[in-house]
Amino acid sequence: MRPDGRVTGGRVTSGDAELSVVRNGHIVDPASGRDEIGDLWFRDGRIIDRPSDDEAKGASVVDAAGRLVLPGLVDMHTHLCEPGYEYRETLESGAAAAAAGGVTGVACMPDTEPDLDDAPAVRFVRERAAGVPVHVYPIAAVTAGRAGERLTEIGELADAGAVALSDAERTVRNPAILRRALEYARMFDLPIIAHCEDPSLSAGGLMHEGSHATRLGLKGIPSIAEETIAARDIMLAEWTGGRLHLTHVSTAVTVGLVRSAKQRGVRVTADVSPPHLVLTDEALSSYDTHLKVNPPLRTRADVEALREGLADGTIDAVASDHTPRSVDEKNTEFQEALPGAAGLETMLSVVYTELIAPGLLTWNDAVRRMSTAPSGILGTEGGSLASGSPADFILFHPDGTWTVDPASFRSRSGNTPFAGRVLKGGVTMTVVAGRVVYRCDDPESS
Amino acid sequence: MDEARLHALRHRHLIGLEDFSREEIRLILDTADSFKEVIRRPIRKVPALRGKNVVNLFFESSTRTRLSFELAEKQLSADTLNFASTGSSVSKGETLGDTARNIEAMQVDCVVVRHSAAGVPFFLSQCLSNAVVINAGDGAHEHPTQGLLDLLTMRDALGDLEGLKVALIGDVAHSRVARSNIWGLQKMGAKVAVCGPPTLIPVDIEAMGVEACHRLEDALRDADVVYALRIQLERQQEAFFPSQREYTRLFGIDPERLELARPGAIVMHPGPINRGVELDSRVADSGRSVILDQVTNGVAVRMAVLYLLNGGGERDAA
Repeated sequence: MRPDGRVTGGRVTSGDAELSVVRNGHIVDPASGRDEIGDLWFRDGRIIDRPSDDEAKGASVVDAAGRLVLPGLVDMHTHLCEPGYEYRETLESGAAAAAAGGVTGVACMPDTEPDLDDAPAVRFVRERAAGVPVHVYPIAAVTAGRAGERLTEIGELADAGAVALSDAERTVRNPAILRRALEYARMFDLPIIAHCEDPSLSAGGLMHEGSHATRLGLKGIPSIAEETIAARDIMLAEWTGGRLHLTHVSTAVTVGLVRSAKQRGVRVTADVSPPHLVLTDEALSSYDTHLKVNPPLRTRADVEALREGLADGTIDAVASDHTPRSVDEKNTEFQEALPGAAGLETMLSVVYTELIAPGLLTWNDAVRRMSTAPSGILGTEGGSLASGSPADFILFHPDGTWTVDPASFRSRSGNTPFAGRVLKGGVTMTVVAGRVVYRCDDPESS
Repeated sequence: MDEARLHALRHRHLIGLEDFSREEIRLILDTADSFKEVIRRPIRKVPALRGKNVVNLFFESSTRTRLSFELAEKQLSADTLNFASTGSSVSKGETLGDTARNIEAMQVDCVVVRHSAAGVPFFLSQCLSNAVVINAGDGAHEHPTQGLLDLLTMRDALGDLEGLKVALIGDVAHSRVARSNIWGLQKMGAKVAVCGPPTLIPVDIEAMGVEACHRLEDALRDADVVYALRIQLERQQEAFFPSQREYTRLFGIDPERLELARPGAIVMHPGPINRGVELDSRVADSGRSVILDQVTNGVAVRMAVLYLLNGGGERDAA
């Protein structure tokens, strides 16, 4: 069991303005080029250079010996469900889940009710999120009602604080609309985040189309449902010069499409979600609805290609695609169950256990993919421990293990495909703007 | 070959033939043989399941499978209840989990379930701690009692199943009958070829151990069993094939084509037949056809399954 983290809501120090230092941690920060045992100083919610010895004497101290000190993760793809689906998640509970997972900034998708397709809706999220413990960055819809027909008022949405545009789990079907969106959004330097799925090719599909779907008698979602749209969207981005981000890519061919597009200089970036880096369609033999995600879990060869793409930088970011679902939405026939997995609280430990600890990804690259790069793509602060950056950072204990128990989640929903799995390492402290928003005992030593 | 004989099944539920061993399948077929004798008696009733209750939960419409199960249950003296409702749990307004818990609360001994969604019998078997679950067809996944009755029919007509070549023709993609036959036949040592247009042969079917082809002639050559699957005419609308006429031209079994099969080859079909589409009436009504034997054997096989899963024989310690 993961020890019960105490969210103190308090401060490392007795006041935000007070000088503080995290001592003797292993600092990994590609943005400032640090990868060393050292100290991290901050004051007034910002990282600062080491002060003079005189001044340093009065600082309050957090001992980080044996811990990694990392910039807080920035998660580009979450569903926080507010407004409209508060029974699954609220901005408050989603932010608490983020803090527990070491995520200090979350971008939330506009597939709420109503959709985040106008400025008041975006401002509502901004205002509601002002009191929550992590930064929340709303993603606004590309088209009104996410219906794929009429562009949203992108300029006003940008002013209201939208960091990107996306119709969430709906592909913009009409290429002429997507072309205009890519062109128009250039004025505001906003990326269009694309979920690549041709609905006519995926219609009725429940899992990856392959030998396991054939065996289980479940209708398949072929890889080409993603790949044809990824290819189309990349060509449109190349043609328009617009910024395109492909989210939760799931197939080897898509990775190849992104790789070659980047070589041609197309302004395209991509992310992958932890389940797609770890699990395959073979696991669905149990008809476990917690393994039903969109896009579906693919094959071992796809997992290998995604890992390779993540390691070589073809895939810029890891995003949780945190999609809370209620118990009733999952505990039903496989074909009726809603797709999606909660992921904020397991993301870092899954990546550590499956990729970093086995040596497939360095800590430096992991921080790039989970903090520096997503922050850069969204154009937000954070993703850096350089002097002047916000004091958004986490302490991660690399030793010990914990067992994923959905009952202990801070998220309102426990729909994780990793329940019962033993993960390595854990977040022991999350700090946002100099304030401790999550603190937890060390994971049990193994 | 000297094989260990079982006296009871190792499994508590019958979800699919994928999980069942050759020995378990043989035990069911042998038990069905002895029930065939019961069926031939003037009074077709044995007290094997007296005092047991069986619920037939049919979430998808069915005539022959439901009648066949009900007859099997009654001939074993079980108390039977029927529940029929179409549609998903969502449209019914009660979750499948609640349905399962209600069944459990009624102290039901055995549940026979048919559902349009693959995986529902497995789901129920996970929810129910006491009742036995028998899959009467789930989506395109499995229809194990159909597979078993097909095996029994082939064994009756052709003897040992080892080495037989069975050609499954038609819509394999949407067919639970095909999947149960593929598992069952291969466990018993038969070879299976599937044949249909590429649109109706699911991807990577070869991973299940079968050969796939798209020319009827290739599938029929040397076949001991020609098994025509039912084609759903609605599939035309989803562009799986252009027209019924073209389907029949390419994959319909007529007397001339049947000549390609082995002399003495039998013709099977799970029913109901689209006469003149997948099967020419001259074939369906010929001496080669064992289609009605399949129906008769269905009752015997279901009696055997009900009997063995509800305490018949001794439950194997393993």
